Amino acid sequence: MSIHATSFETLELENVARSFGGQNALRNLNLSIRSGEFIALLGPSGCGKSTALNCLAGLLPLTGGRILMDGKQIDRLPPEKRGFGMVFQNYALFPHLSVEKNIAFGLEMRKVPKAEIKKRVAEAIELVQLGPHATKLPGQMSGGQQQRVAIARAVVLRPPLVLMDEPLSNLDAKLRLEMRTEIRRLHQSLGLTTLYVTHDQEEALSLADRLVVLRLGEVQQVGTPQDLHEHPVNWHVADFMGYRNLLEGVVERAHGEAVTVSVLGTTVTGSAQVPLRAGDAVKVGLRPEDFDIAPAGTAPAGLASIDATVEVVEYQGREFAVEVRSDAGKPLHVRTARHVEPGQRVTLTATQDRVLVFPAELASAPDRAPQLQGAAL
Amino acid sequence: MTMTGQRPGRAKQGPANRPALSHRLAERGIDKLLLLLLPALLFALVLFVYPFVYGLGLSFQPKTGGLFGAYVKFFTDPSVRGLDSIWVTLQLALPAALLNVLVSVPLAYKMRGKFRGKRALTTVLVIPITLGTVLTAEGLLNFFGQRGWLNRFLGVLGFEPLQLVQNYWGVLWSLIISGFPFAFLLILSYLSGIDPSLEAAARTLGADWKQRFRRITLPLLAPGLAITFCLTFVLAFSVFPSAILVGDPSGSTRVIAYVAYNAWGQQFDYPLASAAAIVMGAVELIVIVLVLIWRSRMYKGSTGGKG
Repeated sequence: MSIHATSFETLELENVARSFGGQNALRNLNLSIRSGEFIALLGPSGCGKSTALNCLAGLLPLTGGRILMDGKQIDRLPPEKRGFGMVFQNYALFPHLSVEKNIAFGLEMRKVPKAEIKKRVAEAIELVQLGPHATKLPGQMSGGQQQRVAIARAVVLRPPLVLMDEPLSNLDAKLRLEMRTEIRRLHQSLGLTTLYVTHDQEEALSLADRLVVLRLGEVQQVGTPQDLHEHPVNWHVADFMGYRNLLEGVVERAHGEAVTVSVLGTTVTGSAQVPLRAGDAVKVGLRPEDFDIAPAGTAPAGLASIDATVEVVEYQGREFAVEVRSDAGKPLHVRTARHVEPGQRVTLTATQDRVLVFPAELASAPDRAPQLQGAAL
Repeated sequence: MTMTGQRPGRAKQGPANRPALSHRLAERGIDKLLLLLLPALLFALVLFVYPFVYGLGLSFQPKTGGLFGAYVKFFTDPSVRGLDSIWVTLQLALPAALLNVLVSVPLAYKMRGKFRGKRALTTVLVIPITLGTVLTAEGLLNFFGQRGWLNRFLGVLGFEPLQLVQNYWGVLWSLIISGFPFAFLLILSYLSGIDPSLEAAARTLGADWKQRFRRITLPLLAPGLAITFCLTFVLAFSVFPSAILVGDPSGSTRVIAYVAYNAWGQQFDYPLASAAAIVMGAVELIVIVLVLIWRSRMYKGSTGGKG
């Protein structure tokens, strides 16, 4: 196969920043991308992840910092000179050009000889399995097919870096899973260095070699999916990693990592993620699947437990998603294989190492305008 | 018609089981809401269809010369010089429409984005819509006239005065001023309908601005340009007041509307006037059909990026 990535040794983002009219959409992004890596930028809308991508593509000028590729500063280059491939959320296919011509566009711009264009376009169409649709216009194809074209159009140029801006968010659930596998397969077979923006933690965890979690324009944590999933650095990252139960509490006793927190009118022992002292306001993070649910009164003694009443039970194939209301009035999310009924009294327990305790305050830059949370990009 | 306990079939089980008439009509998009169209229909009938048919009939009833007498007179009578007037009008309307479209494209291209003072600039560009032809003509005379500011300024510098009104240029300039806002607003809305991410995509694929414009924006904009050209052309082709006020109605700006007006108001030859009006409509139609044929060869679908 002749489609393979042209590569670089290092791509460094140094303190990359972008502000819009005095508001910082992105601050001090430091990231070094290794060739062949799949990196996901993850965060809620307005966290700066798309801004970061557009800065890297050259569609947005930086307002601070540098981007270096193999030691050469590239952040002043216009996008047409950077040669990065980009896949847009809304596909951005040229509606008046056929699939073939869409894919050939970048090669034509690069003045690749006609015969080679033909060969490479055919290969790219083969790669995304769109053979029978080569002469169709984008408007005649489904969303998934259009996104395949968009991906083929980006990778046919053998770019050193492919940027993907929430490429699956316009697809329905089933197609999204299919395309996710497809993207992973392409990445593995072509060795394309990929930077992937998403707000879907599941997507990010399943695709990426490394994740970058952003909040309000600032990096919260960089690490492998496993790192982030098991050891989120703060409650915001935990929230994103599926710790759906984030309970406010106060530290009662701290013994090194083991802290006892009063929460929901009872006490729970968990592991502190940063050193904590008695009296600190904390958030306790618990994933739905880390709870054990048992009928009231049958919980094993000695573990911290929360008494609650089952409110909603959703059947989800192998297990149930259960929403319970604790006696203190807070709703909690639990996943369990045990069948419970709405209205039933239950006791929830969790082992200490799965109860993560974070400081309630997020370390955040003081000059950051808080209203930016709602801003686009 | 009633349904007697049976499943409402699709008119296959014989007339007795067909769904109610109102349902069948609704399937074809006919329902009571269509009655709301009545006033508009009546309006069009009374104010457009009837006068048009009346004028058409009138043009075939000249006092002499049989059925086509008025048309023969229009094209052949040396005192009417109808053919000349068609050329004169085309020479005014085509360049005016073309220029307005061509100037609007780069302006609208720039005005798409957000920038400080955008609203003020748009207002300035669109304000000629609110000026009547007479006001525009007065302005032109004051500025370009024999004793206008421009010529007085040229005089101070020792140049010969320029003849810019009471001739072709005065009328052309007036047509450009009055037609531009329409062209600009239309093209701006067509351009805004093109998803900006298409150009971003073209950029990341290595296209410079010329290539992006020629390969992406222009093909998507072309149908809109065709429509805009047609509209501004029709506006300009019916030029009348400015041909008199800032033109030379007996000579170089003897436009077709003036010929019709002359036949009606001076010679009281209503059939000739009607014939001139019908010819005017026919010429407009021919130009529009030519432009639309050209347009039909273009891509006309969505310009929204999602295809």
